[in-house]
Amino acid sequence: MDILSILINGLNVGVIYAMIALGYTMVYGIAKMLNFAHGDIIMVGGYAIYVFCAMSGSLPMFFGAILISVVVCTLLGITVEKVAYRPLRGASPLAVLITAIGVSYLLQSLAQIIFKSAPKRVAVPDLGKIMIGELGIKVSTLITLAVSVAVMIALSCFIRYNKIGRAMLAVSEDRGAAELMGVNVNKIITITFAIGSALAALAGLFYLLQSPYMTTTFGAMPGIKAFTAAVIGGIGSIPGAMVGSIVLGIIEAVCDAIPAVAPYKDAVEFSILIVILLVRPTGLLGKKRREKV
Amino acid sequence: MKNIGLALKKIKWKHYVNYVIVLAALIVLLIAGASGGLKASTNELVLKIAISIVLAVSLSIVVGFLGELSLGHAGFMCVGAYIGGKVAVVISEKLGGGIVTFLISLIVGGLCAAVCGFVIGLPALRLRGDYLAIVTLAFGEIVKVIFQQSKAFGANLGFDTLRYDKSFRQNFYIIALILVLVTLAVTQNMIRSKHGRAITAIRDNEIAARASGVDVTKYKLIAFVVSAFFAGIAGVMFACTFSTVQAPKFGYNYSIEILVMVVLGGMGNITGTILSASLITFLNVKLSTVLTGDLAVVKDLVYALILVLIVIYTNAPAFKTFREKHNLKAFTLRIFKPKKDPSRIRDDEAKWSNIPTKINMDELLTVDLKVQESVQSPDKGGKNK
Repeated sequence: MDILSILINGLNVGVIYAMIALGYTMVYGIAKMLNFAHGDIIMVGGYAIYVFCAMSGSLPMFFGAILISVVVCTLLGITVEKVAYRPLRGASPLAVLITAIGVSYLLQSLAQIIFKSAPKRVAVPDLGKIMIGELGIKVSTLITLAVSVAVMIALSCFIRYNKIGRAMLAVSEDRGAAELMGVNVNKIITITFAIGSALAALAGLFYLLQSPYMTTTFGAMPGIKAFTAAVIGGIGSIPGAMVGSIVLGIIEAVCDAIPAVAPYKDAVEFSILIVILLVRPTGLLGKKRREKV
Repeated sequence: MKNIGLALKKIKWKHYVNYVIVLAALIVLLIAGASGGLKASTNELVLKIAISIVLAVSLSIVVGFLGELSLGHAGFMCVGAYIGGKVAVVISEKLGGGIVTFLISLIVGGLCAAVCGFVIGLPALRLRGDYLAIVTLAFGEIVKVIFQQSKAFGANLGFDTLRYDKSFRQNFYIIALILVLVTLAVTQNMIRSKHGRAITAIRDNEIAARASGVDVTKYKLIAFVVSAFFAGIAGVMFACTFSTVQAPKFGYNYSIEILVMVVLGGMGNITGTILSASLITFLNVKLSTVLTGDLAVVKDLVYALILVLIVIYTNAPAFKTFREKHNLKAFTLRIFKPKKDPSRIRDDEAKWSNIPTKINMDELLTVDLKVQESVQSPDKGGKNK
């Protein structure tokens, strides 16, 4: 395996992580909570695609399924925030975290009751490969890269230039001051959850393009990995989540390419996380906050 | 007689509640065992509950008393189970499958886990809150992957633990409950000692603790090491109870399950932790025999739902006034109204947990208004009394 294909694999995994990590990091920056149920929103998005693809395998139907999956995830994200997290605003962070874990269990067991535990094959259309020189690249990889980069650029522009995006920045900077300036904090938090969940649905789609099997723990490992990526980049920072994810994706691809290291892939990634946090306790691009009494 | 009565009154009974609970359980089991032998299923249930209690109490040192979130407690248990289990297999050739082998493996497993606790405690000095939580999560996963891949421990299939002598296996529940008592004794005495006060001071306000001369580094490490040591001991107990040890069991989900026990029991409340650990383990075992196949998930669903509802109910600011009116303490107070005798109030009865560490502006303002009201109508206040 030559370096270029390793790099492309790494970027492919990295941008998928970035889609998930953005959800984690935005929610953390704005609501100051770790949303452990984020990985399971990916899983729900995957099942939404499965249900609608099972009806008909045609390509237009597939695009319809993607749209529906995004809508379902967005609504789910908003519902979870309103029902489970909003009553706990102002409570201790640990309580919110435990609730998030509870929601995660709840979604997983609901999915298992509805879809049973056997893996489901999703009728994802096979897009084939194209050859660039001697290098064969899957079309799905190219689509993943293109869409993710476009989404990330759009998100950055949204946050920098749109009124709501700037309100998000203001809330993450200082919630109290933002509220005094007339920002509706509750609305901003809901919008953040909606955007994060929509991105999670896209990440679920890209995972299915790689390997089309759905289980109820589909989102668990990508969720933890993307969370790791967000922390490596500095949780709460949007460019940090992107950089951290791509770093993690490339590390993963390199580990996969070396047979002796491949089984220890997860251990290597988590060790790198610990080392980075020891050198820079707030991640690569995280801001240092001085503690006040 | 009067002296004994006085002496009994002087004992702070709330400090001994936990020992009494465990000892009562042990006595009941001993009587049951003597009168007809325990069923194998009951024996296993008791062992599982004992393991859960040791795990939950040890985690509550870090989560409840130090106030740091740990998501990798099962990792320490994994170290104990693998190393302790393997040591037992190796030394049993010379020492046989009796209590000596068990005790040696127990100490080795516990110490290895404690060393891991020290290693993971070191980053804890630089990191706080969520960052520390992710490091502990990462540690748990790393340990799992390393043991899962190492050939010496049977790679993916895990390894078969030592089959202890029959008499030892049948009476293992006694040793397990004694280990629970030891864990409780060490934890409670540590928390009530100078070290424990320092640890809870760090939880309440790290900067204030540092300013009052508490060596934050040292006490954080102590909390992590003690917690990891007992998790390792729980691991060795696990290896002794089950015939195989497999790494995937000790994943992130298991750590979360232990955390749930601590949170449901009330953080920093050891009696609550013991009760919730026993209850959750009991329900897990009982329900998994009733519900099989795809129905088993219904248990998880109910479990998750109860977890979310309890946490929202006990923590939501909206329910605060309702909670204060209708909790167990208020209920018992209404039934047994204690007479306040000023001469019997002891110096150390101050409620440390009630002293506010942060000033809440809203509360200060409302208090001010109320004072003015009562000044205007002193008669009303007098009549009410």
